[in-house]
Amino acid sequence: MAAPAPAAPAPAPHGRTHQHPNYMMIFWILAILTVLEVGVIFMPMPRITINVLLGAMALAKAALVAAYFMHLRFEARTLGVIAVTPLAIAVLLIFVILPDSFAIIKQTEKRKPVPAATAPAKP
Amino acid sequence: MSQVAAVHPTVEPAESPLTPESWGKLGMWAFLIGDAVGFGTLLAAYGAARATSADWPIPYEVLGINLTAAMTFLLICSSVTMVKALEWLSKGDRNRCQIFLFFTALGGAIFVACQAYEWGHLIHAGLHIDGNPWGAALFGTTFFLITGFHGLHVTAGVIYLVATMRVVGRRPDPAASYNMVEITGLYWHFVDLVWIMVFTLMYLL
Repeated sequence: MAAPAPAAPAPAPHGRTHQHPNYMMIFWILAILTVLEVGVIFMPMPRITINVLLGAMALAKAALVAAYFMHLRFEARTLGVIAVTPLAIAVLLIFVILPDSFAIIKQTEKRKPVPAATAPAKP
Repeated sequence: MSQVAAVHPTVEPAESPLTPESWGKLGMWAFLIGDAVGFGTLLAAYGAARATSADWPIPYEVLGINLTAAMTFLLICSSVTMVKALEWLSKGDRNRCQIFLFFTALGGAIFVACQAYEWGHLIHAGLHIDGNPWGAALFGTTFFLITGFHGLHVTAGVIYLVATMRVVGRRPDPAASYNMVEITGLYWHFVDLVWIMVFTLMYLL
């Protein structure tokens, strides 16, 4: 008769808990980045610069939330790699769509833009 | 059932090497990764529709960003209350954990109410799923689809948080609820993370 498998060790009284970083500092960084994001769209800068800044700030905020609030910083590295996979898939999808997009842009460049109606009052 | 499982009903029979705490946590990560692919696809499609349109309205001029900036701030605050709930539970304080879970759910409920107000205002102004007075019809379609999909996630999150709060209240041992609160937190922070991207891509860019 085979020997029984060794029993799993009993958990610690409060289980396996994570380190708790300084959440308030993360909060303030996120809040400041949000204010900067809203402010940067009204800055007298080229549109491409504004877009790059907005993209960088959004990615920084998302990384902070994932690393510290979702505790990815303290998890196994493999889990972090798996968690980033959707971002890689989204980027890949953009490159798949790009050739079609460029072709349609070339066609639509010849069209006249439709005059826009008045924007509504801000909610 | 093994002897250990009989003595400790919260201990799972095997461990995942990625998330040794529980299989539930790995399950939530698997769900979130799938959900992230869904959101990623929607946002990539939004980018393609916008890039190929000659008359796409400038979002922040049409939608307005004062309210949505406040909503973004609210979700960030609710993420902080969520991690605080987990922190208090790890210290063995169930009551404070429940209080912070309540504030997290309240933040989510206010977010959904603000979104309903925003939708009502924009629909009244002429933004519909099949057209609008400012340009490309897909502007309204993508706006309602993506913000609506996210809003459903927030609504589900509020229900999930209330259910978690009740379970924490029923279990006398704080350690028995730790995994559940952590898994609930993963979902809630994911909702926050997605909104960060939606806010930037659909309102600011």
